[in-house]
Amino acid sequence: MEIKDSKPKSLLYLDGVSVSFDGFKALNSLSFVVEPGELRAIIGPNGAGKTTMMDIITGKTRPDSGTVLFEEKVDLTKRDEADIAQLGIGRKFQKPTVFESHTVWDNLELALNRKRGVFATLFYRLSGEDRDRIEEILATIRLTHRRDELAANLSHGQKQWLEIGMLLAQEPKLLLVDEPVAGMTDAETAETAILLREIAKSRSVVVVEHDMGFIRDLGVKVTCLAEGSVLAEGSIDFVSNDPKVIENYLGR
Amino acid sequence: MLRLFLSTLFLILTFLPSHAQSDPKALFNALGKADFKQTEELIGQLAATGDPRIVPALEAFAEGELYARKSDSAVFITKAAGANVALIDPVTGAAAGEVPKAQLNKLKINNNLRRVIRSALGGLTLLSPDKTVRMAAADAVLKSPSAENLELVEAALAKETDAAVKVRMEEARAASVLISDRALNQKKQAIDTIANLGGRDGISILMSVSSSIDPSLKGDLDKAITRIENSLKLWEVGQNVWYGMSLGSVLLLAAIGLAITFGVMGIINMAHGEMVMLGAYSTFMVQEVIRTHAPHLFDWSLAIALPVAFLVTATVGLVIERGVIRFLYGRPLETLLATWGVSLILQQLVRSIFGPTNQEVGNPSWMSGAFALGGLQITWNRMWIVAFSLSIFVGLLIVMKRSAFGLQMRAVTQNRRMASSMGIRTPWVDAFTFALGSGIAGIAGVALSQIDNVSPNLGQSYIIDSFMVVVFGGVGNLWGTLVGALSLGVLNKFLEPWTGAVLGKILVLVLIILFIQKRPRGLFALKGRAVEA
Amino acid sequence: MISSFILRALEGRILVTVCIILAVALLVPASNLLLSPDNALHIPTYVMSLMGKYLCYALLALALDLVWGYCGILSLGHGAFFALGGYAMGMYLMRQIGSRGVYGDPILPDFMVFLNWKQLPWFWHGFDMFWFACAMVLVVPGLLAFVFGWFAFRSRVNGVYLSIITQAMTYALMLAFFRNDMGFGGNNGLTDYKDILGFSVQADGTRAVLFSLSAIMLSLCLVLASAITRSKFGKVLVGVRDAESRVRFLGFRVENIKLFTFVTSAMMAGIAGALFVPQVGIINPGEFAPANSIEVVVWTAVGGRGTLIGPIIGAVLVNGGKSFFTGAFPEFWLYALGALFIFVTLFMPKGIVGTVQAALANRKAVKAAARAQAQNDDTPSTQIQAAE
Repeated sequence: MEIKDSKPKSLLYLDGVSVSFDGFKALNSLSFVVEPGELRAIIGPNGAGKTTMMDIITGKTRPDSGTVLFEEKVDLTKRDEADIAQLGIGRKFQKPTVFESHTVWDNLELALNRKRGVFATLFYRLSGEDRDRIEEILATIRLTHRRDELAANLSHGQKQWLEIGMLLAQEPKLLLVDEPVAGMTDAETAETAILLREIAKSRSVVVVEHDMGFIRDLGVKVTCLAEGSVLAEGSIDFVSNDPKVIENYLGR
Repeated sequence: MLRLFLSTLFLILTFLPSHAQSDPKALFNALGKADFKQTEELIGQLAATGDPRIVPALEAFAEGELYARKSDSAVFITKAAGANVALIDPVTGAAAGEVPKAQLNKLKINNNLRRVIRSALGGLTLLSPDKTVRMAAADAVLKSPSAENLELVEAALAKETDAAVKVRMEEARAASVLISDRALNQKKQAIDTIANLGGRDGISILMSVSSSIDPSLKGDLDKAITRIENSLKLWEVGQNVWYGMSLGSVLLLAAIGLAITFGVMGIINMAHGEMVMLGAYSTFMVQEVIRTHAPHLFDWSLAIALPVAFLVTATVGLVIERGVIRFLYGRPLETLLATWGVSLILQQLVRSIFGPTNQEVGNPSWMSGAFALGGLQITWNRMWIVAFSLSIFVGLLIVMKRSAFGLQMRAVTQNRRMASSMGIRTPWVDAFTFALGSGIAGIAGVALSQIDNVSPNLGQSYIIDSFMVVVFGGVGNLWGTLVGALSLGVLNKFLEPWTGAVLGKILVLVLIILFIQKRPRGLFALKGRAVEA
Repeated sequence: MISSFILRALEGRILVTVCIILAVALLVPASNLLLSPDNALHIPTYVMSLMGKYLCYALLALALDLVWGYCGILSLGHGAFFALGGYAMGMYLMRQIGSRGVYGDPILPDFMVFLNWKQLPWFWHGFDMFWFACAMVLVVPGLLAFVFGWFAFRSRVNGVYLSIITQAMTYALMLAFFRNDMGFGGNNGLTDYKDILGFSVQADGTRAVLFSLSAIMLSLCLVLASAITRSKFGKVLVGVRDAESRVRFLGFRVENIKLFTFVTSAMMAGIAGALFVPQVGIINPGEFAPANSIEVVVWTAVGGRGTLIGPIIGAVLVNGGKSFFTGAFPEFWLYALGALFIFVTLFMPKGIVGTVQAALANRKAVKAAARAQAQNDDTPSTQIQAAE
């Protein structure tokens, strides 16, 4: 409650969230706040609960206990994935997940934030406005020249960008990005950092990443998780000098 | 002691008057001129002689084979001998010449007399030196008790030394006491004895006297009946549980191979049922060879068929895995279709070779017959199948948990790449795991050949049930398969009395479909992130 | 809105296919009715009925393809929807027999008289009216699919689990319909029909109309399926097939998408069954047999799942083969069918149409690459840009 009082405007608010699988505590009373417009990086060793945290925020996993609030009023633990996506939370998976048998264009068209009901999609016609929006996103993710190619034919890095583009089309208020630069070349990694900072201008972004260089490039507040709870929080220099973080994560 | 003394005294007193006329031969001859009422008395007197020699004559009387000679009204047992009739002395059993049938009068008999004869016979044989005869006699008295025989039963009881026969005689005595004019306290004891006897017989004995019994005992009688009924109900539940377990063990047999191929490897093997079928046909072949070459080994045929069936089906499984399935790993739906194709081919192959009709597979002698356990009726073949399926289950569990192969198998299913980089030949582990699952299906076929029709369609009838068991129990968990099979079997048998067999089965299917909606991963589901991978 | 939905459907190959089917719908009955039996082009009635049967199977395969090929739900129970549609039509045809049955009861069908039933069970009421029976052809399979799908998709039963429980569903229905007490004729099913809407089911004219109707329904459903798959909804559908969780996290209600498709598909299967029954003259519980449903899967697979024309071609080819084999070498049909299952899954997972399409696309790509190569020789700078 103390955190909430001092920072009245939170976009995402987790308090005392715990979940366990067959006795293994994946999250142990995790508390975590994201402000509107914030770009936040999360680091931590394998099994620290980063992916599980995202699962809980997006409704894929239900916590055993704890509070998860979006925009200070919506209880996310009561909603399912589709609801939460429609509320304005987008998620990028660790492994790039795009519709491989659709073209780049169709991928973005599907992701556009329009009515998603059965009949609305059956009778949907692409409007000029939607066309412009897709063109704009294509330019942002640098894929205009491959718009009519099947997503399956894109390179790994391009698939990552396409997925980020789809999240943009979704117009989320909060974007959760899981290891966006895994498997990317150095040039692609640098481009991705620029892309994410651009995106964060208009919305909150939470990035989970192992690549310390990339996080340094982002230059944002860092949260370090270990064994299901927050170990340290602050600037990258502050966190990377924390003895607990060195022992648990960096030093290994 | 006092009771024994009193009853002996009673016995002597009641026997005394009948000694006046105790020559059985004379008594028989008297039958020739007696009417029904007199006949009844004479039979009573004959019974009172306690002479075991008259048993055949009385039996012949009940059968209507006792005739009186018209000339001297002497009575004989008769046997047809060509045109004439052979005469046999009723007491000594000696042949007494042949006469034309016209010279004889048949002794008239009716149902009442038959009953009297039956109880008289029961009384007579109670004193036989042969234990089994006495037991049978006690049973006969118990089935149709009569007040007249009471003394005889009590006399026999006093002499009886065998514990089991004694118990039965006590019960026979109690049944007779109830319809006699003995004292109320004796009757009350008798009710207790019958209540302890229990069973449908007990109920019918008590019911038959419920209208005639003294009103003061009515309460005890009803209580005894309820007591028996309750215990009967309990036994009925027990019997249903047994039937359910026996059905469950059949399901377990059919499903356990699938628990490996589907549960552990994730392969949807629609040809699984055909592996069971091939196992059954292996049994048939083994028996054929034994019949023609070594009939004395027939009782061993199943033991011989087990390794044969295992080898045959494991080989077929190996070929299927190497030839088809290994190209389809990671595409479960395609595997399903391809193995369905395999199943069609195997079915048609067996049909082409053996023909579409059922094949005769014999039961070895130790598989036939039944025994009673308390109020349970248990047939030996079901008993063996339950034992067999449980031992296969235990054996498989040991292979999985204790053997090096089991370790490799688990390693490959948990982390294929890691296992392969540790030097495990994953393709061969896959192939042999599949062969093991198929081989176990074949062994199941040996057992199922004993209770089901061995036809090319044998497998088809098990495939859906097997999948239901594995899915219900929880994929990847052998214990789940065990619990799933047994609980589905028991559930089925408990539904049957209310719904009938077919509707019961439909209900079980519907329940499983609903259950899977609630718990998509079965009873014993693995939880957590590992499942998602 | 609707018109663009339909117009979108009638592009390219679909339009050609619809035209071919409609031509068949016209020409085959014409040849049967107008040409004399001696004419070389005359099609005998039994051949026409056989072809009508194939058309019904083609519609069933198309229905299955919609859920399997496009949505990734492998239903092993589509035979159940087909059979339910068939039973609905069969009940109408039974009621039309009236007092011409063996027992001559004006209301009760023969098997009920035989079972000593005194009155019509409640679920038989209304089936004397054609419109009601037609409605039931859609409603009953649709309702079953709705209830089944509502539970299954909500609790996210998918993949092989769903396949297995759909199989259990049709198996349970088969057992149920085999029971005399169900009131659907038990073992023997419903047969000995006399007439439909007053026309004798045996007459050549009626059979010709039924044939044409089958072809017309097939082309209508083809257009509908095409409209669905070419809409944004269809793209979402393919998305569900390829990356279900991505669709969910984009905010779509996957369960509703699946449910709509499943119900639509079940209704199509029901229509196929309803057209099938008057042409073959019988419906019995054997139609629910799990093996039948799996056979439908192989028709679809052979023709090419995920294409709309594929299942139609597959159903006609495989059933043509079946008619040929069971006539010529009855022993070998199951071998052939089994081998077909294995062959298609191992060597031709895209089916006939899919393989041809891939080959065409490949040739086009090779040509395009060659052309691009020729261009790039002149302007090397564009090549670098394209490679990025």
